[in-house]
Amino acid sequence: MTAFLQNCFAGLSLGSTYALVALGFVVIYKSTGVINFAQGGLLALGAYLGYTFSNNLAVAFGVAVLLCCVSAALVGATFERIVLRRMVGQPPFAVIMITIGLLFVLEPLVTAIWGFEHKQVNNPWNIRTVEAGGLVFGVRDLWTIGLTAAVVLAFFLFFRYSSLGLAMRVTAFDPEAALAQGISARRVYATSWAIAAALAALAGILMAAGPGGLTPSIGFIALAAFPAMILGGMDSPAGAVLGGLVIGLAEALARGYQDELFSWAGDNVSVIVPYLLMILILLIRPYGLLGTKEVRRV
Amino acid sequence: MGAHRNVVRGYADELRLFGTPAARAGLVAMVVVFLVLPTVVQDDFWLSVLIYVGITAFGAIGLNLLTGYCGQISLGHAFFIGAGAYVAARIGGELGLPLPVWLLAAAVLGAALGGLVGPFALRLRGHYLAIVTLGLVFIGEHLWRNLTGITGGNSGTPVTAGASLGPVDFGALNLFGEVYSRNQGWFWLVWGLVALVALLAKNLVRTRPGRALQAVRDRDQAAEVIGVRAGRYKIGAFMLSSAIAATAGALFGAYQQFVSPDEWNLLLSIQYIAIVIVGGLGTIFGSVLGAIFVGALPALIDRYSDAIPGVRTGVGSEGFISVFALNQALFGVLIVLFLVFEPRGLAGIWLRVKAYFKAWPFSY
Repeated sequence: MTAFLQNCFAGLSLGSTYALVALGFVVIYKSTGVINFAQGGLLALGAYLGYTFSNNLAVAFGVAVLLCCVSAALVGATFERIVLRRMVGQPPFAVIMITIGLLFVLEPLVTAIWGFEHKQVNNPWNIRTVEAGGLVFGVRDLWTIGLTAAVVLAFFLFFRYSSLGLAMRVTAFDPEAALAQGISARRVYATSWAIAAALAALAGILMAAGPGGLTPSIGFIALAAFPAMILGGMDSPAGAVLGGLVIGLAEALARGYQDELFSWAGDNVSVIVPYLLMILILLIRPYGLLGTKEVRRV
Repeated sequence: MGAHRNVVRGYADELRLFGTPAARAGLVAMVVVFLVLPTVVQDDFWLSVLIYVGITAFGAIGLNLLTGYCGQISLGHAFFIGAGAYVAARIGGELGLPLPVWLLAAAVLGAALGGLVGPFALRLRGHYLAIVTLGLVFIGEHLWRNLTGITGGNSGTPVTAGASLGPVDFGALNLFGEVYSRNQGWFWLVWGLVALVALLAKNLVRTRPGRALQAVRDRDQAAEVIGVRAGRYKIGAFMLSSAIAATAGALFGAYQQFVSPDEWNLLLSIQYIAIVIVGGLGTIFGSVLGAIFVGALPALIDRYSDAIPGVRTGVGSEGFISVFALNQALFGVLIVLFLVFEPRGLAGIWLRVKAYFKAWPFSY
């Protein structure tokens, strides 16, 4: 039982990271109809910027986290302004390819600036742990879960009550009607990219503070967040958070019971568990757990 | 007085493959280039680049049938290509069966695997399908690493499949007393097969099944209303595209003579998507143009990296960016530039140039 709970805790921490990234996917998808493949690149960029702030410029870790989120948000909004704005009205797949192009530019950029070496971000948590009820909680994991909960809550409040959040929801629902009401679609698009990039950067710096440290391959985590987004339903922010947690739990449990249950399926089954789970759920619910069923007319 | 050479007087005229004198001249030029090129360019580096480009064009035609004509987005092309390569390794190499057998076996396995994915294409649309096929790449990678009996696991497997068709061995051509190198033989083999599959695809898309595919792409429910079995065509397109992909994979494996699971990753799938988009969605010719463009670029950079400032060519040498990273970044920049400025791809540019000369001296 202790082992099970311990795995669940690890899953929640991992799932929080997925949830942050997946929420970023959904924010962009909902307002612009684009799947942002560059999320992994933005995540890596954010994490490395955080490293620079925290280690090279020696600002406090909390400030570094804030700064890296803000600068990633600026990068996201700038990219939207310079490139994606021109693509409005083009077929969605062309726009997706553009985000893949951005990913391919960001990845070498990151390695060209910071190199391939394994880096350790200065942070107040390190490997400290607290024990309670026979379980060991990593301080970083606790902070990851807590920060994610706070950020997600803040996002939902913003989305529900602020006028910009309302504008985002309206634009997602019907862009033309929104324009007719005087809502600036440009501002909405730029904001969604900024929010998504900031969420990715936060996920990145939280990951980088963990035991894995910071390597250029950190962006791969965003690929595993795709199933999280799909599982929850692509147009549902709540679904993204739910999907992230489910995927995180499933992956951590598969890793925990690898030797006992999954040795027949080869090493590291946990890596493909998100995708298998996604396929299973899509067979039953083609629009994800909380996604809206698309109404199609001839 | 005879009609002007470009006048189209009926449906049959419209469908003719090489209807105008210019098109026929183009065909002759292509055949001549195909036959003569390997004897002019004997350099192994350039020949091997052209062979890889040909194999890529082969696979890209398959993806274009699926994505460009049927509108089904697949990021799983790498999975089918990998499967084909292992067929070549086991059936062509280990069992030593001849070229047509392992090529066909790869196609059959590809079609079967595509048929397994097909049902997802029925239930899922657009982005959902893209991500599920993305999952396929990762699940495939896990399989390739763990089915060690077939794939050799992480360390890869040699592919010793022979390339002889009857008495003609493309690996060591000996025609009319003239001896040709392996690369020269493979050039003819691969580009001959590209021509074959391009003709097959072209014939498919200009006849009833092709029209049906395009109807499904444009609006599948409307297609159903006018009597097109959308489900059947979606699965069919998936099977055909995967069969072509697996055949390309078999050729790739047999030419390279060694394959490992690292090669069938997401990057490969994305490269194929990029080829189809850069070349032009929904054009067979565009797939070949795109393959030449995307396939030759890394080779050019690799070859001339010494002359580009700031590039690190070896482990200890100066420069801030490695050849691989530069390649990847340029690839990304190209995709972005292309889509922003020419969303219809290379084929779109080609059609515009053609239309300009057709209408000359009037501008439109």
